[in-house]
Amino acid sequence: MALGVVRKKEKIKEPKVKLTWKEVKRQKVLLFWAAIIVVYGIIFYYLPLGGWAMAFQNYRPKDGLFHSQFVGLAKFQQLFADDTFIRVIRNTLAMGVINLVVTFVMAIVFAILLNEVKSKGGKKVVQTISYLPHFLSWIIVTGILHDALSGTGIVNELLLKLGILSQPLNFFAYPKYFWAIVAFANVWKETGWNAIIYLSAITAIDPSLYEAANIDGAGRWARIKYVTLPGIKPTIMILLLMNVGNVLNAGFEIQYLLGNGLVQSVSQTIDIYVLKWGISQNDFAIGTAAGIFKSLVSIVLIVIANQIAKHNGEERLF
Amino acid sequence: MAFTIFNTIFMILFVVITLYPVLNTLAISFNDGTDALRGGIYLWPRKWTLKNYITVLQKDNLITGAIVSVARTVIGTILSLVANAILAFIVSRKRFLFKKQLSLFWVITMYVNGGMIPTFLLYKNLHLTNSFWVYVVPGMISAFNMLVIRTYMNGIPDSLEESAQLDGAGYTTIFVKIISPLCKPVYATVALFVAVGQWNSWFDAMLYNRMSDKLTTLQYELMKLLSSVTNQGNSAEAMKNALGTVTPTSVRAAATILTMLPIVCLYPFLQRYFVTGLTIGGVKE
Repeated sequence: MALGVVRKKEKIKEPKVKLTWKEVKRQKVLLFWAAIIVVYGIIFYYLPLGGWAMAFQNYRPKDGLFHSQFVGLAKFQQLFADDTFIRVIRNTLAMGVINLVVTFVMAIVFAILLNEVKSKGGKKVVQTISYLPHFLSWIIVTGILHDALSGTGIVNELLLKLGILSQPLNFFAYPKYFWAIVAFANVWKETGWNAIIYLSAITAIDPSLYEAANIDGAGRWARIKYVTLPGIKPTIMILLLMNVGNVLNAGFEIQYLLGNGLVQSVSQTIDIYVLKWGISQNDFAIGTAAGIFKSLVSIVLIVIANQIAKHNGEERLF
Repeated sequence: MAFTIFNTIFMILFVVITLYPVLNTLAISFNDGTDALRGGIYLWPRKWTLKNYITVLQKDNLITGAIVSVARTVIGTILSLVANAILAFIVSRKRFLFKKQLSLFWVITMYVNGGMIPTFLLYKNLHLTNSFWVYVVPGMISAFNMLVIRTYMNGIPDSLEESAQLDGAGYTTIFVKIISPLCKPVYATVALFVAVGQWNSWFDAMLYNRMSDKLTTLQYELMKLLSSVTNQGNSAEAMKNALGTVTPTSVRAAATILTMLPIVCLYPFLQRYFVTGLTIGGVKE
């Protein structure tokens, strides 16, 4: 969900504060709360990292983390020998990339087109409506989707009326539709929300650029292509960069809620695999190993994306 | 001209595709259940009834879920806002000794986490499973929300803090009386993010509190309704039902409408907050 614009680091002179007793005493309130917050952070964010040790052990709850047998990378070998896991990686990556590309393109297209709407009131109404799905839970969205795509749903009805189908189609029974349904659901839910940031980037474009383009006789398409798009390019790049690391995170709720036995070869993602093996089957070691693999791939993706951005002289994350 | 027509059609289509499924659910929720199975209900009920809503309101687990959902949303939002604001206040003080370190400590959590299983075991060991607190304590501080507030606080002139200090104000007074009143817009933004997240989450109820019916949430109950619809089909269920004229689909439609009602009523008024919130959120160290 991370959305944001990165500003260039402003050079502000920071006061040099030395670690002295006097200073500590002066800041004791801050230090007290900071200490509580750090303890909280260690417990809830850093302690689970210690659990990664499970992936290298024949973990048994009664032996705990400290007395379980160390097995090195055996669990990872077991994981990669499992065809299901390989398929699960493919599904996660495929849906992650498809969703990323489709939601990005749709949000940008929507923002640009909405910006071209002349009527102020119309613009406002459309934008307000466009946020609505973002606030609905995946439970609601998948429920709605089920209704729309069901045998008596609106989609089948339209397709029948248009003569594209001769009898109602159960979309959830065929693996070939699943990724497209997931992509559509993501677009439906997030387009308006994701467009907010582009719309504000568009408003920040210097109006004189548009005037100059008009004087040069640029049409609407030319203005979009040569003024608007280059104007929001930095925003697009930074958001892309921030979201690349999330590609593998994009796959849990919707796949879990929409998936069924008939499509599980294409619907299962790494997180679902972890849930299934780790929590339901109590194989903590395998589940943790899969989780570690996911984290590592995410970090590698962020670093690669960051390097590419650096190489191309774009803004970057770190 | 051609462009204007194209654009207008695009926007109309966009609005229709966004609104239709919601309005259709609304129509079905007011329509007789068995009648709805025949199909052909679009934006208006054919056979009006309130039985779907009555059925929903008679289901004990849905009522419990609603109470828990409201409680977690209110308590979770307050806790989270206070905690994130305090943290943001600390790391945005220019003189704070461990400014850099404390920020980094939290930024790291955005990229690395233990994953589902270690987290699950931790909560179990902390006795957070089968407890209400698992909803509000673990996610209380989030680096993202902290950074949004911090960015806003960084924009407040230091002179305010300095002059208050000259008057003898301590950090607590500065936080409560000077900085926080100025941060109302960003507090509203973060509160909105957290509240929506709390209201909509279901996975924690399923994972940690599956065993305790008293701790179920509205979304989780809705999810169970959804799976009962997809797994058992409509007709068989409809026969068994005491009221005779409701089906899992129509009851779920009513529950869906009730669940989205608070959000749909509120979000248009909060628009300016989340729009500014997203644009100020300079998410960077």
